[in-house]
Amino acid sequence: MATNGRHPILELHGISKHFGAVQALSDVDFEVYPGEVVALVGDNGAGKSTLVKTIAGINLPDAGEMIFEGRPIAVHGPRDVTRIGIATVYQDLALCDNLDVVSNLYLGREELDEPLPALDEESMEKRSIEVLSTLSVKLPSVRSTVASLSGGQRQSTAVARSVMWDAKVVLLDEPTAALGVAQTRQVLDLIKRLRDRGLGVVVISHNLADVFEVCDRIVVLRLGRRVADFGVKDATREQVVAAITGADIGGLVPEDEMNAGATP
Amino acid sequence: MSTAVESAEPTAGLGLRGWLEAFGSRFVQGEVGSLPVIAGIILIWAVFWFLNPNFLTPRNLTNLVLQLAGVGTISVGIVLVLLLGEIDLSVGAVSGLCAAVMAVLNVKHGVPAGLAIIGGALTGTAIGFVQGTWAARLHIPSFVVTLAGLLAWQGALLLVLGQTGTINLYNPTIDALTGNFFPSTVGWLLAAALIVIYALSGLLRRRRRARAGLRLAPMIEFIGAVALIAVLSLAAVFVLNSDRGVPLVLLILLGFILLFDQVLRRTRFGRYVFAVGGNAEAARRAGINVDAIRIAVFALCSTLAACGGILAASRLLAVNQSSGGNDVLLNSIAGPVIGGTSLFGGRGSVWTALTGALVISSISNGMDLLALASSVKFLVTGGVLLAAVTIDALARRVRQTSGRA
Repeated sequence: MATNGRHPILELHGISKHFGAVQALSDVDFEVYPGEVVALVGDNGAGKSTLVKTIAGINLPDAGEMIFEGRPIAVHGPRDVTRIGIATVYQDLALCDNLDVVSNLYLGREELDEPLPALDEESMEKRSIEVLSTLSVKLPSVRSTVASLSGGQRQSTAVARSVMWDAKVVLLDEPTAALGVAQTRQVLDLIKRLRDRGLGVVVISHNLADVFEVCDRIVVLRLGRRVADFGVKDATREQVVAAITGADIGGLVPEDEMNAGATP
Repeated sequence: MSTAVESAEPTAGLGLRGWLEAFGSRFVQGEVGSLPVIAGIILIWAVFWFLNPNFLTPRNLTNLVLQLAGVGTISVGIVLVLLLGEIDLSVGAVSGLCAAVMAVLNVKHGVPAGLAIIGGALTGTAIGFVQGTWAARLHIPSFVVTLAGLLAWQGALLLVLGQTGTINLYNPTIDALTGNFFPSTVGWLLAAALIVIYALSGLLRRRRRARAGLRLAPMIEFIGAVALIAVLSLAAVFVLNSDRGVPLVLLILLGFILLFDQVLRRTRFGRYVFAVGGNAEAARRAGINVDAIRIAVFALCSTLAACGGILAASRLLAVNQSSGGNDVLLNSIAGPVIGGTSLFGGRGSVWTALTGALVISSISNGMDLLALASSVKFLVTGGVLLAAVTIDALARRVRQTSGRA
């Protein structure tokens, strides 16, 4: 593994989750190191979303434990997770189109001009500009409404919002889906900058080209199990596809896959 | 971004369509604000003045203000509800019921006028709280809950009025709400105060932005805005002073508008109203208590409806079985929409309550002067409303497509 010798910032051990009769996750281990981008890939129904929702505190697992910065954490809901510094950017971005960028970045955490109940717009705008510029996110103006931004700019705004509150781990759900070439580039560059700042980044993606470009490690889920873990430098696209689909291409399937296949 | 697209397109060659498209995209960017409706008001006034010079006399314009104050106040509450993307169909009935509560308290039970007015207003608050809770907690569309309210509160109005059906108001305090006019010096002082406060708060804001190292809007734009406010308020005072003076009720209406404009633009609550109206799910995920915001807005809307009903009762000096009936509901909703507040939520301003009420009242007042039948009046008002809603819907569609570009 590319990250030997360091401690993961977030670890999941033996996570299981079922919905009725469907076993969505079985005994899944997962870890992210600081300054690392991990891709979570798998076919539809492989359990990617369930795993991310578990990390985000939306799904509570039936079994397994979560360890953050070396300490086990008790998760009862999304707030427990965001409070310790795990931010999630869902595919729908959860931005208010009618509000400007500053309002969206600060939504639910507005600064007040104490002791007045009035919003401190100047301080919020100033910090927004600072955060966006450290992330090299380029927008027409922090006062333009989200509705007037391009898809890439919106994605960048959503990511900036997640990291501006001292997040240490960021989960990105399909960040480049539905983006054009140039906009995908913006978002991938942004992901690299998050890594350079020492954040742990988890990217769910179907786009292997993006995955190979930006990620350090690729974790493959299939039918609710973790079936492979590739260092991106040691893997080929064929190997990853094989792991995703479960196709046996003469000895290319990694060992975990065999083990996983053996257990009932 | 889209401004770049706009300037790149040779609009001259496209004629009217190109101009409309360019205008539409600026409209979408919110760069024109209240300009279309203000242009509309000027046009309406010009037409009526041309048809009957009495329209623009100080006496008639003062009457116009008195006519629109009640509905305008109700519309302030409607703006709040529209910003959430909701609707309140009960405001007419609530305005009538709460005015009746005030009248019964004052006339039948001898409660002092001030307390009776507060009692009427708080009745509105309670009604709005119930309706809002019902809609928010049980996830019933506000359309249906307030439609039920419309019927129920009409029944309650008849109940409260009892056998007589009409209660006449004699109390001088209640009469003063719409019957009082300020001496001309006070009028000038009010205008001066408004201009000074506007200019000072603007300068203060500029200084804060400059200190924070933020970009400032061009000084000329700020001076222009102050000049516009100054001209408008001085002209209004001049006209009103030429008749009976600045009416107290105008101050009440402007007070509500300024208050809620500040609340919406400068407080957390206001920000959350816009957020819930724009994307309720995003607001919920940001930790905003969406239900609480909805309930508070419905309570405020019904309170303002009650205040509007009390102003209308003060003008009529009576409450009767048709109080808050007829076209009160429709006009109070049509006003903000004509003014530019979106029916789809998240976009609009409290000022549209005033501009929209000006449009509707001007049309109605002007047609009365021309002695036109009410059939024509309704047809024209309906046409204006349809045009306003169409512009809103088209703007929304353009926004959605330009958002993806």
